[in-house]
Amino acid sequence: MYQFTYHRVDSARKAANLAEKNEDAKFLAGGMTLLPTMKQRLASPSALIDLNPASEKLAGIEVKGRNVHIGAMTRHYDVANSKDVQEAIPALAELAGMIGDPAVRHRGTIGGSVANNDPAADYPSACLALNATIHTNKRKISADEFFTGLFETALEPGELITKIVFPVPSKAAYMKFPNPASRYAMVGVFVAKKGKDVRVAVTGAGSSGVFRAGKFEAALTAKFHVKALEGVSASAEGLNSDIHADAAYRAHLIGVMARRAVNKANGK
Amino acid sequence: MPKVSMTVNGKEVSGNIDSRTLLVQFLRDTLRLTGTHVGCDTSQCGCCVVHVDGKALKSCTVLALTLEGANVTTIEGLATDGKLHPMQEAFRENHALQCGFCTPGMIMTSVDIVNRKGNKLDEQTIRHELEGNLCRCTGYHNIVKAVAAGAEAMAK
Repeated sequence: MYQFTYHRVDSARKAANLAEKNEDAKFLAGGMTLLPTMKQRLASPSALIDLNPASEKLAGIEVKGRNVHIGAMTRHYDVANSKDVQEAIPALAELAGMIGDPAVRHRGTIGGSVANNDPAADYPSACLALNATIHTNKRKISADEFFTGLFETALEPGELITKIVFPVPSKAAYMKFPNPASRYAMVGVFVAKKGKDVRVAVTGAGSSGVFRAGKFEAALTAKFHVKALEGVSASAEGLNSDIHADAAYRAHLIGVMARRAVNKANGK
Repeated sequence: MPKVSMTVNGKEVSGNIDSRTLLVQFLRDTLRLTGTHVGCDTSQCGCCVVHVDGKALKSCTVLALTLEGANVTTIEGLATDGKLHPMQEAFRENHALQCGFCTPGMIMTSVDIVNRKGNKLDEQTIRHELEGNLCRCTGYHNIVKAVAAGAEAMAK
């Protein structure tokens, strides 16, 4: 790890102020990705702004009307085990319980995962399929505009996620084919239906990160049933190929995971 | 160098450390508590699991400075008055180790599983919950038996 200056902050405002003064600073949330990246010297921030002392203000789960608000510093373990999330959006609680392993879930945060936008991370698919709104210290960004590419988001330098607001869907499910070694999604598909609107988001597969599967959405909007997906398949174009799975296999998995997710969302 | 203070195994400790110091380095190098092991240093293997404020964490992937004021328990903190913790005893009884390198992390994770899931654990639950801990010797079979036995013993 390269040398950095360490700052402890107890509020989002102080964190943002410090970030403005330190151009190469990074926010430290759970650190489950940032610290391993720094160990490998793939990241070398000049300063770390530790948000953990601000957890009390930046973490927490609240149901307000037909929305679930989740604070940026809320740990995966707390999302997975929240009665409120389990009741309102069970698919989201299940997704959180599939991330990493128990020790990682105790530490990793939703804000950190969403800000990092790892192409194989789970949360970005939930944000996109559920049409979540990402709140920052400056503005609100819709999920459709937030995820802009591989490890890239609409966040500006020094901009900090404060919470994520998920509209409660009428039906939703997440199905993941985990890489057998890393447990990251080789392909993960999040399907959500709210009113007539159906959204299908795919993680783990796209070479530019999470994306919506338009053909699947159109078919499922006509009829939200697995039969509507007969003859619908994903294209291998723009998908990742690596030693674990080539693009054609990933395209196939998208279809399989989508079908399983629709069945699950329909209680089958 | 910045200063950090925390409670480790019931004792107040502090040290002036490089900001890059990981919790596991603070435990092993500064405090000389070498029961916590470093297997992979990439948060895969779980040899470094300790409890921080009652929850299992991988101490190779958390900065010591971030744990100012925290309450840490390591494998050295489980036994009381020279008597092994029931989970340690269960690992011994069931021959749940061969080389022993993963054992501290296995035991700390196992106690955490019991804290979260209770004293009656089926095999499937144990195997699933241990997915963040790797053992390259045993094939896990005796570890699973030990966790089930240790969990029951912890109820007594």
